[in-house]
Amino acid sequence: MLSFAFRRFLSAIPTLLILIALAFALIRVAPGGPFDTEKQLPPEIEARLNEAYHLDEPLYQQFGRYLLGLAQGDFGPSFQYKDFTVTELIAAGFPVSLKLGGLAMLLALLAGISIGTLAALRQNSQTDHVAMAAAMTGISIPNFVLAPLLVLLFAVTLRWLPAGGLGDGGIANLVLPVISLALPQIAYISRLTRGSMIEVLRSDFIRTARAQGLPGREVILGHALKPAMLPIVSYLGPATAGIITGSVVIEQIFGVPGLGRYFVQGALNRDYTLVMGVVVFYGVLIIVFNFLVDLAYRWLDPRVKL
Amino acid sequence: MSSRRGNSLWADARWSLRRNRAAMTAMTIMAIVCVLVLLAPLLSSYEFDSTDWDRISAPPSFATGHWFGTDDVGRDLFVRTLYGGRISLLVGVAATLVSLVIGIAWGATAGYVGGRTDQLMMRTVDVMYAMPFMFFVILLMVFFGRNILLIFVAVGAVNWLDMARIVRGQTLSLKKKEFIEAARAGGVSNFNIVRRHIVPNLLGVVIIYVTLTIPQVILVESFLSFLGLGVQEPMTSWGALVNDGAQAMESAPWALIFPALFLALTLFCFNFLGDGLRDALDPRDRRTS
Repeated sequence: MLSFAFRRFLSAIPTLLILIALAFALIRVAPGGPFDTEKQLPPEIEARLNEAYHLDEPLYQQFGRYLLGLAQGDFGPSFQYKDFTVTELIAAGFPVSLKLGGLAMLLALLAGISIGTLAALRQNSQTDHVAMAAAMTGISIPNFVLAPLLVLLFAVTLRWLPAGGLGDGGIANLVLPVISLALPQIAYISRLTRGSMIEVLRSDFIRTARAQGLPGREVILGHALKPAMLPIVSYLGPATAGIITGSVVIEQIFGVPGLGRYFVQGALNRDYTLVMGVVVFYGVLIIVFNFLVDLAYRWLDPRVKL
Repeated sequence: MSSRRGNSLWADARWSLRRNRAAMTAMTIMAIVCVLVLLAPLLSSYEFDSTDWDRISAPPSFATGHWFGTDDVGRDLFVRTLYGGRISLLVGVAATLVSLVIGIAWGATAGYVGGRTDQLMMRTVDVMYAMPFMFFVILLMVFFGRNILLIFVAVGAVNWLDMARIVRGQTLSLKKKEFIEAARAGGVSNFNIVRRHIVPNLLGVVIIYVTLTIPQVILVESFLSFLGLGVQEPMTSWGALVNDGAQAMESAPWALIFPALFLALTLFCFNFLGDGLRDALDPRDRRTS
């Protein structure tokens, strides 16, 4: 197990480097500089700015400087928010995004697994058909379509919930964003759970358990659930990526001051370091998460050899 | 494999697809949406970019001919929804083709050549899988301007990974078949074996994934347009319309509801059809039996 973890960890390093290099290259070859404004800056001021931000050095040197900074947790200064470093901006935005995304993931897992299991137990019944049609709808309606519709219904028409912002940070403000973020994932997870649960329920050890007179509840929760969760565990990686991507629009729609919003603002303002910081930060997060998921998978299913 | 057996596979698939009511309904609705979108200019007397000064943000009405109402600058939303559909569907199909070409070429080469090359190529795919790809598409759109051609390329270029994996897997199993061996014994070049014998036999799987990739791509385009990074005014797409509608939804909910409905319905149909095709063409992957 330990040597597996180590090998898996080593193989994550090139992925990380490529991610950083790709983001770096993309931003550097892009037309337009960070100091492009309506008014042409005098050349000497521009030269000064370039010097201050090390933009006058050769590319490899800039890249080296960036990597070195990253290793120390320093994402560099923001080009737009002049008084902040990117690290500070990420530190400000990420907790908000984490709360939103974490709650959405929790909701997606709880609801998705319950719905999927229920549908599998009553395969081809009315419940099953309704649940799966609902799941297909959930997959087909993008969350940026769903979110405004939910706002229209619950905030504008019924006035049960606030339409946006974080307010005083209470639960009421989080309900709609979390649901909008979680629904597509609920749909995917319930479909996955249903499929794998059906397969597990057909296997010999479940039949044995049933034949020995174990109550249905115990068969499901004690025996079937763990093996049926394997595909869900391996879906956790893509699910995280999906929630992170989704949070970009959801934060925009609900005016939540999270990292996704900084990213969009930064992209529109050509804030090189901020955009790169967010891409690298989320990339690292996804890579680390995938690493943990692989470990968990290996632990749950000893048959797996990687 | 004789041609007779090949026929019966397709006949089989057609038969089981016909029996799948959900997939057939989806296909019918898709056909209707496509016809509507293609005939858009003939169906209404309004232009997609002209303003009706008397009716700004007007609710849907049969009397005025604004069946879906008008937006905040008085443009007819029925026509705009259909024109938006043109862009969304066009992007969906074109970007899927891009990803199809890259994915098949990559996967078939990796699977057929095998060995080191295969390992290297698939490792590249693994690495790319770990990238936050949506963020890269956004970067591309922001830095290289917002034209439709770039959307095709950007989305297609990052969306071929699944296709490459599946095609590689299929190729690996095809490679060991007798007819490939026969072709090789007959002196057919490697390139021609891949082109004439491997790729045509991948068709079934590829069709399934095309139907499942198109909605994904439409979704990505809508996502970009929603953030204001996709198509530009006065042209529009479903994503852009949903964005406009969302901003005006308190005063003019119809501007949100109709484009959202079209977008969701289309994605829904593609997904259902893809599911039906998978059941019909790929018996191994049948989840429900």
